Amino acid sequence: MTALPIPIGLSSIEAVTEGLAGVGYISTRSISTAVYLAHHLRKPVLIEGPAGVGKTDLARSVAKCLNYPLLRMQCYEGLDESKALYEWKYGKQLLYTQILKEKIHDLVADADGLDASFAKLADFQDLFFSREFLEPRPLLKAMEQTGGSVLLIDEIDKSDEEFEALLLEILSDYQVTVPEIGTIEAQVPPLVMLTSNATRELGDALKRRCLHLHIDFPDAERERLIVRARVPEISASLLAQLVAFIQLVRGENLRKLPSISETIDWARTLLLLHADALEPTMVRETLNVILKRQSDILSMAAKAEALTRDAVKAAEAA
Amino acid sequence: MERALTNYIRALRTAGAAVSPSEAIDAARTLALIGYAERQTLKDSLSVVLAKTAEEKDLHDRLFDLYFSRATPSNEIPPTHGDDGGEPESDRSSDKDAGEGGDQADALLDLANSNDANRMAVAMERAGAAAGVDQIRFASQGAFFARRMLEALGVEALEQRLMDRLRTRTPEAQAKAQELMDARSAVTREARKFVDRRFEVFGRAATETFMNDAVANRAIDKLSLRDMERMKAVVAKMAKRLAVRHSRRRKVRNRGHLDIRRTLRANAGYDGVPFEVVFKRKHRDRPKIVAICDVSGSVAAYVRFLLMFLYALSETVADLGAFAFAHELRDVSGPLKHLTFEAAMDYIIQEVGSGGTDYGQALIDLREHSWDQIDRRTTVLILGDGRSNHTDPRLDIFAEVADRAKRVVWLCPEPPGRWGSGDSEILRYRPFCTRLSHCATALDLEQALDEILLAYD
Repeated sequence: MTALPIPIGLSSIEAVTEGLAGVGYISTRSISTAVYLAHHLRKPVLIEGPAGVGKTDLARSVAKCLNYPLLRMQCYEGLDESKALYEWKYGKQLLYTQILKEKIHDLVADADGLDASFAKLADFQDLFFSREFLEPRPLLKAMEQTGGSVLLIDEIDKSDEEFEALLLEILSDYQVTVPEIGTIEAQVPPLVMLTSNATRELGDALKRRCLHLHIDFPDAERERLIVRARVPEISASLLAQLVAFIQLVRGENLRKLPSISETIDWARTLLLLHADALEPTMVRETLNVILKRQSDILSMAAKAEALTRDAVKAAEAA
Repeated sequence: MERALTNYIRALRTAGAAVSPSEAIDAARTLALIGYAERQTLKDSLSVVLAKTAEEKDLHDRLFDLYFSRATPSNEIPPTHGDDGGEPESDRSSDKDAGEGGDQADALLDLANSNDANRMAVAMERAGAAAGVDQIRFASQGAFFARRMLEALGVEALEQRLMDRLRTRTPEAQAKAQELMDARSAVTREARKFVDRRFEVFGRAATETFMNDAVANRAIDKLSLRDMERMKAVVAKMAKRLAVRHSRRRKVRNRGHLDIRRTLRANAGYDGVPFEVVFKRKHRDRPKIVAICDVSGSVAAYVRFLLMFLYALSETVADLGAFAFAHELRDVSGPLKHLTFEAAMDYIIQEVGSGGTDYGQALIDLREHSWDQIDRRTTVLILGDGRSNHTDPRLDIFAEVADRAKRVVWLCPEPPGRWGSGDSEILRYRPFCTRLSHCATALDLEQALDEILLAYD
């Protein structure tokens, strides 16, 4: 393994924050600390938090600001090593055996007896199980990058436990073992990020190998910065009201709370409707952008008036 | 430097966060990278490295502030003697001879009057280490450890001098004595504060754990009202533990049974040459529990905890039915789902819990109204003492229940010695039960439920 010089964007915690801001990701101190530590301790980061708070986006932004390729591995139930690590190109192997049949015939033609033919063939037996016929999947690809990379293992909680076990070798030693070839070590250890929505408890072995970052809903100030970065056309007064409204909604007893991604969608919606300020009717009509459950929408629609008033007041205060 | 960190990790462990040695090593590497200089950065970093769940993060936030409460970073503690033996402020009284006692008293006096918070904190830290304050477990040990700290600071020399002054009855001597007494109480206050803080870090969690264990082991009907509150937390914790243990469902491949249909499908791309072989999988049942609870006076307290437990498990056991009976059986899943737990329990006790217990009638009602809730995936869980007021126990229906269900588990709050005495029919029901056990404490409940869920793993 060779060590690259430390990228500018990772030289200090402040540099991480700045670098991420440069690509439009508004970081917090704890997020930047986690990214900084991940690089310097050479450890993967496990990111947990509610859906839509920017877990996947963090990995994407880190890759972008460091100018590293992003290798993404989406997890799902039934994911196995042939989809995640590597696979033999069976079709190609099959094709080559057919084509090379003639050649093999020529090769063993001058050998007399079965033993001699076998000995001759033995020299070639590794031919079909070489790198030539290996189809690298994201995890193996990440090991082969020479200029540094970000490996995103998305929604690890969706995968099976066997897959978790498979990851352990990669996460602790940055190497992959292919039985037919041997152990492939990472050229440059990738920056590994795993995300989870905590639909199931992850194994201890996995957790203990990772740094752990919990990203929660942002506070009003950070949320304003994020929406401003993503929807720059929005007016300051509408932005303040909109964020205040969302912050209020998060305090309500709902089944699915709106996330940052919903706030951004809503900002775009209101912009499209040429709204300059929140008003109850428009709020009621566009509630389905921020709330994804009918019962939530109904309960909030009833409170739309009061919430809008409070949000406008809060925005003025801020 | 490392000492402060390892002690902090020990504090985390006592409080219930499972910090592994490899994480401790990571923490040390982090410390080398970050340093003590920026407190908030250190806190964030250690949170990333050491705390791996939401609870652990909360714990870390709380303990970090308590533990690293001093404004000065620990690496600025002046070196202990050995590096410079001539240091006048000595706090290792034990290895100094009596001749130096006067110096110690002066040093302590000086310390108390210096008004230097930093110096005081350093002295307290060193005395605390000498007295082993980190071993504190219970609040009642506070006075003992504070005294040991004072001894480590050399308070004996000071007291000796105080006695001498008190014996001399001149005004100057009295004034001097007063000064000494003030100094002594000032240092005592500081030591006590230090010990209290350490108790918060090291002792509080240990005490809590001890009390929780005690409650979990006590018979449920002998719990006091205060224990009940604690018990709720204990039950929630146990339920969580069970949920975690049983949510990790393992898929079992049935090696040897080829799934021909899926194999053909998987290999269509290779012209039907079977490179990938797919095997059949064993189907696993989801847990389904029907709880039938006797809510007559003698058993009501147990029912409360069983239902609390079951509903805390609702993520693992999605399919859950609950029935309560005294002289007739009622489906109580509705109230339990819609009302708060306390309100639901009050409602159940009030609605169902009157009249003499009649197990036979309950079984008849079950067959009449809710027979289809019991199928071959169901575990029927009965909580009751089997005392049926000499009515017909209807063993025939019970046998049918046992036939239909996957398992029948009976939890009895009465000890085995009383089974079968008086109007207890429990021994007659026993042959039909998959398991019959005495269930008196929360731990027994946990064990029984663990075993039930195990049958579905």
